[in-house]
Amino acid sequence: MFYREAGDIKTSYVADSQTFPIAFDRIGYLCVIAVAFGVLPFIIGPYWANAVFVPFLIYAIAAIGLNILTGYCGQVSLGTGGFMAVGAYACYKLMTGFPDLNIIFVILLAGGITAAVGTAFGLPSLRIKGFYLAVATLAAQFFLVWLFNKVPWFYNNSASGQISAPERSVFGVAVTGPNVEAWAKYLICLGFLFVLAWMARNLTRGSLGRSWMAIRDMDIAAEIIGVNPLRAKLTAFAVSSFFIGIAGALFFSVYLGAAEAGEAFGINKSFLVLFMIIIGGLGSIFGSLAGAAFLVLLPVLLKNTFVGLLGWPTDLTAHLELMVVGGLILTFLIAEPHGLAQLWRVAKEKLRLWPFPH
Amino acid sequence: MPESLLYGTEVVLNGLMAGVLYALVALGFVLIYKASGIFNYAQGVLSLFAAMTLVGIMNGQIPFAHLINAALGTEIHHFGWHINALVAILLTMVVMVGVAWCVQRFVFRHLIGQEPIILFMATIGLAYFLEGLGDIMWGSDIKKLDVGLPQGGSLWIEENTQWLGFGNENFYGFFLDRLDLIATVIAALLVIALVAVSQYTKHGRAMRAVADDHQAALSVGISLNFIWVFVWSIAGFVALVAGIIWGAKSGVQFSLSLIALKALPVLMLGGFTSIPGAIIGGLIIGVGEKLFEFTVGPLVGGATENWFAYVLALIFLVFRPQGLMGEKIIERV
Repeated sequence: MFYREAGDIKTSYVADSQTFPIAFDRIGYLCVIAVAFGVLPFIIGPYWANAVFVPFLIYAIAAIGLNILTGYCGQVSLGTGGFMAVGAYACYKLMTGFPDLNIIFVILLAGGITAAVGTAFGLPSLRIKGFYLAVATLAAQFFLVWLFNKVPWFYNNSASGQISAPERSVFGVAVTGPNVEAWAKYLICLGFLFVLAWMARNLTRGSLGRSWMAIRDMDIAAEIIGVNPLRAKLTAFAVSSFFIGIAGALFFSVYLGAAEAGEAFGINKSFLVLFMIIIGGLGSIFGSLAGAAFLVLLPVLLKNTFVGLLGWPTDLTAHLELMVVGGLILTFLIAEPHGLAQLWRVAKEKLRLWPFPH
Repeated sequence: MPESLLYGTEVVLNGLMAGVLYALVALGFVLIYKASGIFNYAQGVLSLFAAMTLVGIMNGQIPFAHLINAALGTEIHHFGWHINALVAILLTMVVMVGVAWCVQRFVFRHLIGQEPIILFMATIGLAYFLEGLGDIMWGSDIKKLDVGLPQGGSLWIEENTQWLGFGNENFYGFFLDRLDLIATVIAALLVIALVAVSQYTKHGRAMRAVADDHQAALSVGISLNFIWVFVWSIAGFVALVAGIIWGAKSGVQFSLSLIALKALPVLMLGGFTSIPGAIIGGLIIGVGEKLFEFTVGPLVGGATENWFAYVLALIFLVFRPQGLMGEKIIERV
C-alpha cells in the first residue's frame, strides 16, 4: 500500500506536526523541489520561461500574499495591484538610488516598504468590515496608481513616464535588464517563491496564523478569547503586503523589465490575483500555487487552441477568455467554494482509503 | 460677482449633475442589496451590456456574428434593418429580464445562505462573464448610441444667466450640457417611480418584506425566486437607463462598465441600504470631486477624480462605518 500513515511511526512532536505527515507526500514534495531546482533550469527555454514559468512563480508569490490577508485573516482586499506597484516603484527607486546594493536586498527592501504602506492602508480595517473594507482598499488601488503616474520623482522624471530596470546581477549572473538568460530569471523567482512559501506555511500554522484565522472566523469572539485584533489585522496586512511587494518588484524588474503603473498594475491585476486565490482555494498555500498556475496557463492554453489550432482572431479569443474566467469563478464558488485545494484534499482522502470504500 | 465665484458655481452645478448620474448607477446597487443582500459589482457591466444590446438591436446587428464567422467561415454581420429607438428599448428590456432570470436561476439560487463576501466575489465573476458575453455578442468596438437625446450646451441657460456676470466681459453665462439636464430629469423621475413601486404596489411591498426577513416573507407566501428575478429585472432597467445616458454622452465602450467603480464610493458614503443615501451620496461625491479637481487638482497634476471619491468615502467610513444614512450595523456573537 503506497499512500498510508500505517507503519510511519512518529516518535517526536516535531515529526508529528510536520507539513507532510505521509511519507509518499514527503517524497513527492522533495521530487518536485529537486526537479524545479535541479532539472528545469537546464532545459527551460525563453518561451516557456516568459510565457509560463516566470509569471506563474511571481503570481504565486502575490497569491500567497493575498491569501494570507483574505484567506487566512478574512480581510478582502482589492488593492493588490496598487501594492504590487509600490513594490515595483520602491524596487526601481532603490535600484537607481543605490546601484551597488545587491538586487536581492533591493527586492527584500521593496517588500519591506510595501509592508509599511500596506499597514497604513490596513488601519481602516479596524473600523470597517466586509465589503465596506473591500471597497475601501480600492482607494489604495486608485490612489497609489495615480500617485506613481503623477509624481515625476517616482519615475526619475523619465520622458515616457515609464520605469525600466537597469542591469543587476547575482553572483555575476545578470538577473534584470535586457540581457538576461531565461534560466536566471526562472531561478531567482523560484528562489524567492520557495523561501516565501516556506515562510508562509510556517507563519500560518504558528500562533500568529492561528490568531489570523480566529479573526477571520469571528472577530468579536476572537477578541473575547484574547486575540488582539489590532495586532492580528495589522500583521496580516504587513505580511501580505510584504509578499505582494516582492511579487511586484520581481514582476517589474525580472519579468517586464519596463513598466507603467496604470497599465501593469491596474485594477485588473487586483482581480486577477483575487481570482487566483478563489479558484485555488482560500486559506491554503497549495491553493495559491494551484490557482496561479491555473490562471497563468488558461490564457496560454486558450490562445494555443483557438488562435493556433482553429485560426480564430485574437480579439475573439480574448473575449472568450473573459467569459471562461468569469464562468469558472461562478462555477467554483457554487460547486467548490474551497477551490482546487479542496479537490486536492478530497483526492488525497480518497487515496488513503483506496481501494476500500470506507 | 467675482469671476472665481462664478466659475466655482458652474463647477458645483456640473458636479451636481454628474452626481445625479452616479446616484443613478448607485440606485441599482441599493435595490439589489436591499432585497437580496447581494452587493452587485456587476451593475456597471450590466449597464454596458444593456447599452450594447440596445445599439445592436437598433442597428440590426446579428448577435455572435464574429463568433459564427470565425467558426463557420461565413461573412454575416447585419440583418440589414433599423429598428425604432423606442421599440429597441423595449426589446432590450426583454433581454435584460432574460438576463435577470438566468442570473437568478443559474447563479444566485445556488448561493443562497452564503456569506455576503462570497456573493460579492460571485458578482465580480458575473461581471467578467457578462463583459465577455457582450463583447462576443456585439463586438468590442466603440459604438455610437443615438436615441434622440439632445446634445451640446444649453444656449437658453447660457443666455439667461449672462446677467450674473454684471458686465464682466469674460463671463458668457453658465455652460450646462443639455444631455446632463435631461439626465437629471430622467434620474429624478426614475427615483420617484422606484419609490412609488416599492411603496404602493403589491410586488414592491413583497420586495420590502423580502428585504426585511427572508424566512418571514416565505412564510406569508411570497415567492423568493420571483422577487429576486423581479429585483434583478429592475436593476437591469436602471442599468439600461444609465447605459443609455452614459452611452449617449461618451459612446458605448468598455469604460462604461467602470461607472460601477464610481458608484461604489457613492454607496459607501450614502450607506448601502438607503435610496435617499444613494442620491445624497452621489451629489456629495459629484460636487466634491469636481470642486477638488477645480481647486486642488492643478496643484498636484490633475486627474484627482480617479481616487478622490474613494479617499473621501474611506475617511468618512472611519468615523461612521455604516455610511451617511445606512442602518446601524449591529453585530452579535
